[in-house]
Amino acid sequence: MHRQSEVVLQVSLFITCYNDTLFPETGKAVVKVLERLGHSVDFPAGQTCCGQMHWNTGYQADALPLVSRFVEQFRHAEAVVVPSSSCVAMIRDHYPKMAEEIGDRRLITEVAELLPRVYEFSEFLTKRLGLKDVGAYYPHRVTYHASCHGLRNLGLGDGPLTLLRSVKGIDLVEIENMEQCCGFGGTFAVKNADVSSAMLAEKITAVLNTGAEACTACDNSCLMHIQGALHRQRTGVNTVHLAEILANSEKEA
Amino acid sequence: MSSAGSVLDPKTSPAFPIAARVTLEDTQLRKNVRHATEVIQNKRARVVGEMPDWQQLRESGSQIRQHTMANLDYYLEEFERNCTKAGGQVHWARDGEEAKRIVTSLVKASGSSEVIKIKSMTTEEIHLNLTLEAAQVHTYETDLAELIIQLGQDQPSHIVVPALHKNRQQIREIFQREMNLPELGEKPQDLADAARSFLREKFLRVKTAVSGANFLIAESGGVCIVESEGNGRMCLTLPETLITIAGIDKVLPRFQDLEVMLQLVPRSATGERMNPYNSIWTGIHPGDGPRNFHVVLMDNARSEVLADQEGRQTLNCIRCGACQNACPVYRQTGGHAYGSVYAGPIGAILTPQLQQLHHAQTLPYASSLCGACYEVCPVKINIPEVLIHLRNKVVKQKGALTAEALAMKTAGAIFRSERRFRAAQRLGRFAETPLVRRDGSGEGWIGWLPGLLGGWTQVRDLREMPKETFREWWEKRGNHGR
Amino acid sequence: MAAEIGKVLNSSAARSEVLRRIRAANGGTAEGSQARQQWGEIQRDYRRSADLSRDQILDLLEDRLHDYDATVVRSKEAGIAATVAKLLAERERRKIVIPDGMNPAWLPEGFSFVVDTGLSSTELDTFEGVMTASTCAIALTGSILLQNVLGQGRRAISLIPDYHLCLVRVEDVFETVPEAFAHIDPSLTLPTTFFAGPSATADIEMTRIKGVHGPRFLDILLVE
Repeated sequence: MHRQSEVVLQVSLFITCYNDTLFPETGKAVVKVLERLGHSVDFPAGQTCCGQMHWNTGYQADALPLVSRFVEQFRHAEAVVVPSSSCVAMIRDHYPKMAEEIGDRRLITEVAELLPRVYEFSEFLTKRLGLKDVGAYYPHRVTYHASCHGLRNLGLGDGPLTLLRSVKGIDLVEIENMEQCCGFGGTFAVKNADVSSAMLAEKITAVLNTGAEACTACDNSCLMHIQGALHRQRTGVNTVHLAEILANSEKEA
Repeated sequence: MSSAGSVLDPKTSPAFPIAARVTLEDTQLRKNVRHATEVIQNKRARVVGEMPDWQQLRESGSQIRQHTMANLDYYLEEFERNCTKAGGQVHWARDGEEAKRIVTSLVKASGSSEVIKIKSMTTEEIHLNLTLEAAQVHTYETDLAELIIQLGQDQPSHIVVPALHKNRQQIREIFQREMNLPELGEKPQDLADAARSFLREKFLRVKTAVSGANFLIAESGGVCIVESEGNGRMCLTLPETLITIAGIDKVLPRFQDLEVMLQLVPRSATGERMNPYNSIWTGIHPGDGPRNFHVVLMDNARSEVLADQEGRQTLNCIRCGACQNACPVYRQTGGHAYGSVYAGPIGAILTPQLQQLHHAQTLPYASSLCGACYEVCPVKINIPEVLIHLRNKVVKQKGALTAEALAMKTAGAIFRSERRFRAAQRLGRFAETPLVRRDGSGEGWIGWLPGLLGGWTQVRDLREMPKETFREWWEKRGNHGR
Repeated sequence: MAAEIGKVLNSSAARSEVLRRIRAANGGTAEGSQARQQWGEIQRDYRRSADLSRDQILDLLEDRLHDYDATVVRSKEAGIAATVAKLLAERERRKIVIPDGMNPAWLPEGFSFVVDTGLSSTELDTFEGVMTASTCAIALTGSILLQNVLGQGRRAISLIPDYHLCLVRVEDVFETVPEAFAHIDPSLTLPTTFFAGPSATADIEMTRIKGVHGPRFLDILLVE
């Protein structure tokens, strides 16, 4: 059974630019889960983007200003929760040295102080709150894809699967080559569209082979890409962000 | 499909997206590559899983290589001194052309018009065989995979298993034709036996050998070759003259450092606890091995790579090929798509740097940054980091006026302001409207996007933007609303 | 021609240039004693000593060698010649090349043992097998090390014949690779060969197949 958290936290949500624009349901789901667990959520309105697209595509200079913007928005946050592991990886792996490159000593310190309070959504639940069961109900066959940044950069490990296994009614099936990249890779998906498609073909074949109704992950970037092909081929199989599964509870069933 | 007869030259290879488009059509290639990389990966996982100190070995491997590069001049001089003392002759080459001139002269001086060769990516990098052939020196590749490549007039597609893109039927056809063995069987054992007979008479006869080097040992002036088939031992021991060509990045400080490398390489490269043969020799040993021994130390832009603070970790590579086996991109395209003898993740960072970014500018983008390579790299080269760093260099080189740069600049400006960001969101909803089609459940999807974004809709639909962004929803519900 | 070759081969200009470039890249000239000190500070937390008992180490070595399709037989010192005779008879091999310094007590009657006196490659190719001692073995990897010393000989003799009978003393068997390296460090300039099983390749569809070059048949005699 899920429980109210012993400690009540004020959680600041960093929705991420693409979730804000394309996947607001994921953000709503995060809010729902956190409030159901008894925490308070706020949303600093000035937030935009972590800079990953620019940074990873080689436009480092354009990404630098976004570091101070992020710090400005979240410097007083008790905890920052982000429903996107690639964005957290960007922040965790690169912001310290980006701050060094900017050379602003105050920024360097603030980044160092803020980073330990920034969490990807599933790791917030499993590591920060120590939870497995968050009171979710999702009576569907689901398969989980391990997004690369969450897996390798953040070391999410078994966390997301632990949360999924505790979901009431879920029929969780393992996908073949769970850890293999889906082929999104940000701008890679358009700059190397053919290879991206080939990688995607393997991933959706694996999804379809599980017989799942839906494929889930911690990143809508992967899911957008996977869903794009699942829909194009009219497979009837959907994608759903982990947060949205966890937000679903028996009360509304 | 293979670039039959031509060499893999980054200066003339097509851009990766274009080359990949072609190799993606080769069903047999993709099947072979998938099978081979899966087999090695599974083997690797098993033997690495046995090692309780694997991470410690990786850390030591990384530190040894970093330390070496930081003191490279000292160790090269030490190697030269000790190798010379032991009867070897050390030559230096600024680039591939110079290295080839030296090797050709040495072969001529040895009085032989034939050479037997051990597989060496360094010699592939500089296209040594072509130069030797032009100088009327016939080269015999003795490594089974390289033999397959040579007889099939093909190009290597993997650092460790160069013919991994070929299956047994394809190999059999090549041997049948080139070795004149019409009755040749199909089992791998038959093919290996054919290679054995074909090459044995050369081993016993040819007076001059050319090799690369896995490691040069500064402390002793020794050289280490890591191999499986025994052709290395043949080439290193039986001829009168041995010419070893090595990139300057091959040096290790001390003999003891081999205890780390010889644990990391076999498990990473072929998923074995140890490869069948390692040979270590120092200069000349009277009565044992060649009477004449030469080492050619080649730079060929490695010093340029060294000068790049973030790129120099590329030189730590010990050529195990584990990154290629782990790479989901390589798995689909095979090695030739990278247009260089160094393919896969290491190729994507090494080749552009060796070309000083005048060529191979698409290679740093031939990656989804998944990080699988970094995970398996035995010396912890942070390949994703180097890829991103090289992308930055390419972008700077291309300047601010490309379509992409302008789009990125615009996006950057949008992200720097809440007002502009919200305006862009509204504009996006507006602009996409003519592209949206409703599907069976009434949802809006986009099946076609113009220009740069067209790559997305090639095989994917894009869901239309929601009517309300998250922040619009948040504002509606208010500070206390639930 | 010779002068031309000489000109090409005088690479002192290239040498200076390459070293100059390296030093420019590193921001200075590396200093020997500093390099040596830094080398000493490299972290080495990997396993460097044995965890297993002597018996376990020997069993492990046998296991690994079996994995590689090598035959392993154990014998006490006194029984070596008889064991050698048995192995050679089973392999149907008579004409065996041996290195200088082979212990004559190990050689049984009824076979033709010829000492290598710098035989040519073609002459070596006429032998049915080679018999040598060894420097040491590594149990974890199933490796055996040979060096050019008495009883092991030069590299060619354990390379050309198709069969190798190799004696390994149990006290020379180490569990780990670093232990073996510590053992051979004093003789680091000798020609050294590591072998782990008979020759093999995995170049054809990743199937490990035996016997490309080098001895295809391997018998190990563990001397207790």
